[in-house]
Amino acid sequence: MVEVSALSSGALMRRGPYISMITNRTMNLLLRAAMLFMVGVFLALVLNLLQVQRNVTLFPPDVLSSVFSSAWWVPPCCGTAAALIGLLYPCMDRRLGEPHKLKREWSNVMRCVAVFVGINHASAKVDFANNVQLSLTLAALSVGLWWTFDRSRSGFGLGVVIAILATLATQLLVYNGVFQYTSPDFLYIRSWLPCIFFAGVITVGNIGRQLALYEYKVNQEKTHQD
Amino acid sequence: MTVRERLRQNISAAFYRHGLLCASYPVPIILFTSASILTCCYPLLKLPLPGTGPVEFTTGVRDYSTPSHESQGDLSERPDWYRGPPVAYIQQVLVKAAVSPWDNSLVPVDVFRSPLGRVFSVLEEIRNHVYTDRSLEALCLQVTDLLPGLRRMQAVLPEHGCLLVSPGNYWQNRRDLFDADPDLLKTVHQHEPKGLHTSATLKDLLFGVPGKQTGVNLYSKKRVVTYTITIALSSYDARFVASLRARLKQLHPSANCTLREDHMVHVHFKEEIGIAELIPLVTTYIILFAYIYFSTRKIDMVKSKWGLALAAVVTVLSSLLMSVGLCTLFGLTPTLNGGEIFPYLVVVIGLENVLVLTKSVVSTPVDLEVKLRIAQGLSNESWSIMKNMATELCIILIGYFTFVPAIQEFCLFAVVGLVSDFFLQMFFFTTVLSIDIRRMELADLNRRLPAEAGMPPPKPGPLRPRETPPPPRPSPHTITLQAPAFRNLRLPKRLRVVYFLARTRLAQRIIMVGTVIWIGILVYTDPAGLRTFLAAQVSEQSPLGEAGLPPHLGVAPVFPGGDPTSTLSGLPAPEPTPLPENQSQGHRAAHPEVAPVSSPQITWGPEDEELWRRLSFRHWPSLFSYYNITLAKRYISILPVIPVTLHLSPQEAIDTRHPQDTHHAPPPIPIPGGGWTGISRETCFAGAHARMVAALGLFAGVVLVLLLFCLYRVLCPRNYGQNGVPHGRRRRGDLPCDEYGYSPPISEISPLLLRGHSMDIECLASDGMLLASCCLVGHIRVWDAQTGDCLTVIPNNGGCWEHRDGWDHISACEAESLLGADFREPGGGAVGGQDVDIFPIRRRTTPARPALFGDQPDLTPLIDTNFGLSPPSQALSSSGFDFGGLVEKAYQEHEPSPTLAFPPSPPASQQRRRSLGDQPVLPPELPPQNNGDWDSSVWAMELRGNLIATGRSSGKLELWDAVEGSLRCSNEDGVSGITALAFLNNRIVAARLNGSLDFFTVEITKPLGLLQYRGRGSLPPSPCYSSEDVISCQLTRSVQCAHQKPITVLKAAAGRVVTGSQDHTVRVYRLEDSCCLFTLQGHSGGITAIYIDQTMVLASGGQDGTICVWDVLTGSRVSHVYGHRGDVTSLVCTTSCIISSGLDDLICIWDRSTGIKLYSIQQEVGCGASLGVISESLLVTGGQGCVSFWDLNYGDLLQTVYLGQSSEGQSVRQLLVLDNAAIVCDFGSELSLVYVPSVLEKLD
Repeated sequence: MVEVSALSSGALMRRGPYISMITNRTMNLLLRAAMLFMVGVFLALVLNLLQVQRNVTLFPPDVLSSVFSSAWWVPPCCGTAAALIGLLYPCMDRRLGEPHKLKREWSNVMRCVAVFVGINHASAKVDFANNVQLSLTLAALSVGLWWTFDRSRSGFGLGVVIAILATLATQLLVYNGVFQYTSPDFLYIRSWLPCIFFAGVITVGNIGRQLALYEYKVNQEKTHQD
Repeated sequence: MTVRERLRQNISAAFYRHGLLCASYPVPIILFTSASILTCCYPLLKLPLPGTGPVEFTTGVRDYSTPSHESQGDLSERPDWYRGPPVAYIQQVLVKAAVSPWDNSLVPVDVFRSPLGRVFSVLEEIRNHVYTDRSLEALCLQVTDLLPGLRRMQAVLPEHGCLLVSPGNYWQNRRDLFDADPDLLKTVHQHEPKGLHTSATLKDLLFGVPGKQTGVNLYSKKRVVTYTITIALSSYDARFVASLRARLKQLHPSANCTLREDHMVHVHFKEEIGIAELIPLVTTYIILFAYIYFSTRKIDMVKSKWGLALAAVVTVLSSLLMSVGLCTLFGLTPTLNGGEIFPYLVVVIGLENVLVLTKSVVSTPVDLEVKLRIAQGLSNESWSIMKNMATELCIILIGYFTFVPAIQEFCLFAVVGLVSDFFLQMFFFTTVLSIDIRRMELADLNRRLPAEAGMPPPKPGPLRPRETPPPPRPSPHTITLQAPAFRNLRLPKRLRVVYFLARTRLAQRIIMVGTVIWIGILVYTDPAGLRTFLAAQVSEQSPLGEAGLPPHLGVAPVFPGGDPTSTLSGLPAPEPTPLPENQSQGHRAAHPEVAPVSSPQITWGPEDEELWRRLSFRHWPSLFSYYNITLAKRYISILPVIPVTLHLSPQEAIDTRHPQDTHHAPPPIPIPGGGWTGISRETCFAGAHARMVAALGLFAGVVLVLLLFCLYRVLCPRNYGQNGVPHGRRRRGDLPCDEYGYSPPISEISPLLLRGHSMDIECLASDGMLLASCCLVGHIRVWDAQTGDCLTVIPNNGGCWEHRDGWDHISACEAESLLGADFREPGGGAVGGQDVDIFPIRRRTTPARPALFGDQPDLTPLIDTNFGLSPPSQALSSSGFDFGGLVEKAYQEHEPSPTLAFPPSPPASQQRRRSLGDQPVLPPELPPQNNGDWDSSVWAMELRGNLIATGRSSGKLELWDAVEGSLRCSNEDGVSGITALAFLNNRIVAARLNGSLDFFTVEITKPLGLLQYRGRGSLPPSPCYSSEDVISCQLTRSVQCAHQKPITVLKAAAGRVVTGSQDHTVRVYRLEDSCCLFTLQGHSGGITAIYIDQTMVLASGGQDGTICVWDVLTGSRVSHVYGHRGDVTSLVCTTSCIISSGLDDLICIWDRSTGIKLYSIQQEVGCGASLGVISESLLVTGGQGCVSFWDLNYGDLLQTVYLGQSSEGQSVRQLLVLDNAAIVCDFGSELSLVYVPSVLEKLD
């Protein structure tokens, strides 16, 4: 009976541009996508630097001397992928309705990102005896990452699927000579690449879910008000 | 009991004991822990300090042999890295050359042209040197390509051959190119990088001495050119080197050279960290800090959040240090880069346990002793902590079996770190936590004392630092908008940042620090210019300027901007006869003045011995890195230099001149002596430098001004200065919301005072249209909730005048009221008399006189005491009907017929006597026995439709007609006082003091009972009983022992009745069949507040300060938060949050789904309990004579409405939100009806 009152609509108004942005659905989507994109670009730059330092990947020399030490198209690609994955995860969660088993907190997300960077670090800097050992270790680490921070079947499935797709795409890219790996051991690429992809998907999915949590909360409030 | 269970119990018991121990002896334990931390960290002292600077080790040349790879235990003084051959042996040939004697016919270029030209012959000599079939080619370090990125250096650095660098490389080691070069300086400088550079430049590399010492410039005062020829040898052949040295010395003897030649220095380089490697490292650290931030943010409900967060971080850090220290102690030297793995170690160890511990301890009941709280909290979480730790250890163990050395080492560190972290958590953090909790309780005690001691409220000052002093009270009925900045609200983020900036004066400080640093850099980089400039300024400005001038004269001219005369080199300096070489002479006091034209002297001093030390420490790494040879973690051996002295005759210098040299030479020197040209050129140079500095300063100033302007714009609202102009009496500028272009709705919120009660108001009830209030005396007044008109007064002439403050007085009050049973005795006044007189006459009438109420609005609020003057008719009717109702109900139980049986029936009286068993006085006065209820006070009241149900302390339940003020029926089945009532549909539930619960059914037996529904459709059914209806109230069921202790709360909604009692339980009954569905246990104190609504949300709060949310369908506890220190006094839920208030005068807003506290609002003393929710986002709270409106989403104070002038001591104790968005609050003896107009507008 008492509808949204003028007062509360005033309260809605007074939330200012930020909250209305969050409550607006498309705007929220865009905002989240932009944030995820940034995260993706940033991680791509940083992690690529790790690989380039150890001469794991080789880009043409003139590109190497540029600021970002990798081809210009790598960070945008990673960013786009991150945005897609980060939006896909909460969407899938909503569709499947699988309840979260773990607490969703930013500290957990940060931990997850740190472990992800650590996995990359290990892949680039730790000297392993052979490639099989390296790949197996990284695979175990990635699955451990999933178990520690995600633990949802849907997350695992999506991670595996995207990792396979991304590996295929990388194979194609290397096959066409866009760039190359110094010591490929799995067709044209390194065999640990799928593990890194998987860990990345889990991490970005985690971030995306955490971001979606905000929208969910605000929307919940809003629908209850209406 | 399974093994697991037993284990769990044991662990829990152990933790409990441990917690007791920690909380009992905090200081010794902290001392012990600190001692153990220090002990474990002691081995760290042996580790080298982190840093990338090279480390040196000196050995003798004579008995040198290449160190073997195996470490030799006996030579303990040898550093660890001194193993195996070095990357290269560096042999430098230090050449000092000068043209001497110098004569005036020479031009400045001659200073270095011919000396540099001699490098080629020396090089030739070195290259061709052969000692017993060993040539340099065989011994030197062969290099291949330069790195692909260094194409521009290909011309000057050797490729595919010996690594032998000298200044000759500028001209591809070809004399003819050198001779053909018209401008040597340009050639040298064209490779220099522009701008600031920290690492070695090409000039440094080729010359092998710091740039300033080369002497290769036009203004050299010493006229000695110094350079080295650097040879990198891959293997050391002592004899070859010795023969080379002998040969060079023989060819170019150095007269006074006493350089030591018996030591070689081995330089070990650490791993170089470049920017590229730094970025990932910095990223991991940023992530680490974000993790720590987000983790420690969760610490809540403690005395010092920062202290605990610090303790948590200290715990983790020192556990890391301990792990490294312990590993070092047992002979495991860390080979990993500590800085790199450190963040991952922190993440692995984690702060989770610490936070879990804090949360667990904090959520234990407050009333326990600190020791017990700590122990209980520890033992609650013991199992999960142990489980987590075991899991992590397992994972790390798995990692250990990867057999990758790096990962194994990491795992080892992590295991030791985890164990030491556990140790520290248990001892250090727990103890800190116990201290913190104890401090909190002390502070709590101090804060609570005045309030509990019954002190009057006006001393909030020192006790509540966060509260603003109450603003000057304006005239009544006006609204002031408080600036809520000082309440602990959640302001918008941006504002919080701005406030933070403003509070800490951060901007100013940063600017100040920046300026200081900038000045420091200026002084550092340009000491001469600035210092002289400052000196000149000081001398000009000083009052003693005249006196101080002469001494400064010598300085001031050096700065050209200050004194124009100095730029004119033609003008003689103050000294009339300057010595031409006085500059160089002044600096080089060692040189004797031999002649007006000095000959450059080549001297060798100890400073030439290790000239390479003055080079950048990146000199060698960068030279080698050009050939993709890294020196990281390796070393080079630097052999003693070979000194070479070259004296060239002036004729030789003239011969080697390039034709253009003379053209490039400075114009003929007007004043004899090259020294002066040097000075003038230098001053010119200094002038250019000063101009640059000035430009830089100007630029920085502009930037500063812009920055300040931006800051001003950020800090000050845009409409600064326009405050209050368009809106006369409203202070809008105070609100922080201005920047959103929003100000709270300006609407005239004026409270409507409902006066009439003579005593404090005890009960309030409303159904949306009507409002019933009952005061301590027992008067019930019915008001129109829309207009505020008083509709009915149900007078109660006698009664208990005692102020009852709590449950303690009940018995006394009751006894007294029962003793003074005859209401006519205490209840003085005309009305009483009239009542008595008219009583018998009107007894049988069934008065239905709505017409009489036509004049009722005249009785409205402002007439305070005219209830005594109210028309007798009303009194008549009420008392008359009162009687009838009483008769029909009390004496013919279950008898539907209304008009019968006025005569009292014995069973009823029997029953009544039983109920008031200890009161033999009562039975005799049977006719006015309906008045017995006047003596007891009303404890509970409910209003539905136009029926008021009142529960009295005597246990009597009465139903009154709200419009007519007549008693419709009454029930005296219970003995014990009715503490709470719920009136839902046609059922009334009464909770009694003895813990029993009675269910009544209201039956309307009018055959044509038109149950018209008043109000809007969505209102709960509120049938309007017409006065012709006969209403009976039957006890359908009585649950005798619903609770062991008095029922304190009773709520009904959605077909459920929920009771809360002092026996710590909540019970849920079904309304239809009064069947107990659940007994909810979970509180550790009496229940003080319950909330249930149509959507079956049930929340309860107890004396222990906990709030539980229950699922009414299953009876399970959904969430459980520890909310308040002290009782939870009221609870309201909205769809998204739970709002609770407690005895600690805090209103907390919780997220309903997660149980996370969103924010809290500090209330004034004693006003905590009154709160209500108007809409989903609007919260109303009562305060000292005012009500405040809050935005629920953000905790912003929207408005404060003052209720009246005389409201100083009066606090709003009850607050009721009506359906029409009005708020009713009691306010001493007055009621206040506050409309929220904008809400009303929307409603209509």
